[in-house]
Amino acid sequence: MTNPPEDPAFDPDTYAEAVAGLLALPIDPAWMPSIAANLRVLHAAADLVGAFPLPDEAEVAPVFSA
Amino acid sequence: MRQPVSEQDWSIAPAASIATAVAEGSVRARTVVAATLDRIGRVDPAVNAFTQVLAERALARADRLDTARDRGERLGCLAGVPFAAKNLFDIAGLPTRAGSRINRERAPAERDATLIARLEDAGAILVGALNMGEYAYDFTGENIHDGNTRNPHDLGRMSGGSSGGSGGAVAAGLVPLALASDTNGSIRVPSAFCGCFGLKPTYGRLSRAGSFPFVGSLDHLGPMGRSVEDLALAYEAMQGPDPADPVVTGRAPDPVRAGLDAGVADLRIAVAGGYFARGADADALGAVAALAGALSCTCTIEIPQAARARASAYLITAAEGAALHLDRLRTRASEFDPAVRDRLIAGAMLPAPFVERAQRFRRWYRAAVLDLFREVDIILAPCTPCRAPLSGETTLVLDGVAVPMRANIGLFTQPISFIGLPVVAAPVWLDDGLPLGVQIIAAPWREDLALRVARHLERAGFVRAPVANLA
Repeated sequence: MTNPPEDPAFDPDTYAEAVAGLLALPIDPAWMPSIAANLRVLHAAADLVGAFPLPDEAEVAPVFSA
Repeated sequence: MRQPVSEQDWSIAPAASIATAVAEGSVRARTVVAATLDRIGRVDPAVNAFTQVLAERALARADRLDTARDRGERLGCLAGVPFAAKNLFDIAGLPTRAGSRINRERAPAERDATLIARLEDAGAILVGALNMGEYAYDFTGENIHDGNTRNPHDLGRMSGGSSGGSGGAVAAGLVPLALASDTNGSIRVPSAFCGCFGLKPTYGRLSRAGSFPFVGSLDHLGPMGRSVEDLALAYEAMQGPDPADPVVTGRAPDPVRAGLDAGVADLRIAVAGGYFARGADADALGAVAALAGALSCTCTIEIPQAARARASAYLITAAEGAALHLDRLRTRASEFDPAVRDRLIAGAMLPAPFVERAQRFRRWYRAAVLDLFREVDIILAPCTPCRAPLSGETTLVLDGVAVPMRANIGLFTQPISFIGLPVVAAPVWLDDGLPLGVQIIAAPWREDLALRVARHLERAGFVRAPVANLA
């Protein structure tokens, strides 16, 4: 993915710190710049996908069958 | 063309030639395997494609095959053909490391992966396990635990990943066939960088049972080789239902070899435009144009919303990959490759609605692309945006903008595997430099058409996979 523009509404450091607790993920502070950069890329990807209008009936493509 | 037996170097022979010669009795399987093991010993230290060489197992199997022939038994279509498997395939007696340090502590696999067993049932002989990017989250062929697989055609450059060992082993002439996996491009990228043929079949075509997963929604397995005939031989031998893989098809196996030389006159072929004509250097687009010219193809088609397809594949990959590794990230994060670890940690933090949305988009996109296949049979697109970069490079310049290397090598492969379309990656040599790859993309379950086009181009001399000049 390309380097996404900074979104002032999203602070990946604060977000990562909060979610790490929920996930019980210990994070070394030295890893944070890289994790934050990855979160920005994922955020941009989610924005791109989220901006596409989908009908409510568009269900996920199933792969599991019993 | 087969050489006289006395002059034949069996270590670099095509699979089809080996199988014919072994079945005829003009060479012993042990001779082929011994030559292969000797070449691996001489050449692989420069390439670093193998993580384990299984000499004892391979020679024992060769002896059993020779004994069977001596008894007059009919041999399989891959009799005596050496092959190797990316080290995420289970090999009985070995822990399945999947490119990681952590997995080396796993219990040894009790049995071989389904695809290894099927190739051996057809007479092929496993000679080793191949290097790969950690947990398959990689496009470079670099591995901090086992060392990088180097590109056999230029040892200073990337092999491509994550099946870098598979591409390196095939291009270096260490084996005629290798097994690999492709979640977002991991067969097609090393095929392009190393100048090999690769087949990423339709999602669900070949069993993944006994392979270490990465992203269940997107994982495919397939063969890499130096000729289309060899790919077809391996592909045919590996098909069939398998209750051990929940997504594998119940369709009847698709015999492709009989129609391989049927030509392309009846096929409607188009070049992917729009997204697939941007973000690549002139050589990558030139390779596509060269094959389009060879196929007298003047039609361009737009695959709709390819950028969103790629973004969706990226999100699903990050989230599913992270979920798979969450416990290891909690307890052993320092033992991951840092680049892989940080992407997985970020993926673990993705809100569920983002991932659900990407999976819903997948349904829309699949329908839109299937509509295109009413108008065309084959779509051509680049495999990668450029030739193999220098090892260790971390940025790539696309359209004049520097972007992160690891995330962008798969620019053109991700929108295709996202909906599981079958692809043959075909190697193109525009000049005396490194190769490029072109994706020959077909509708779901039409691997036969992609192989036919690749075969036509190979016979006409437009695509080829030579053994690298190493030793």
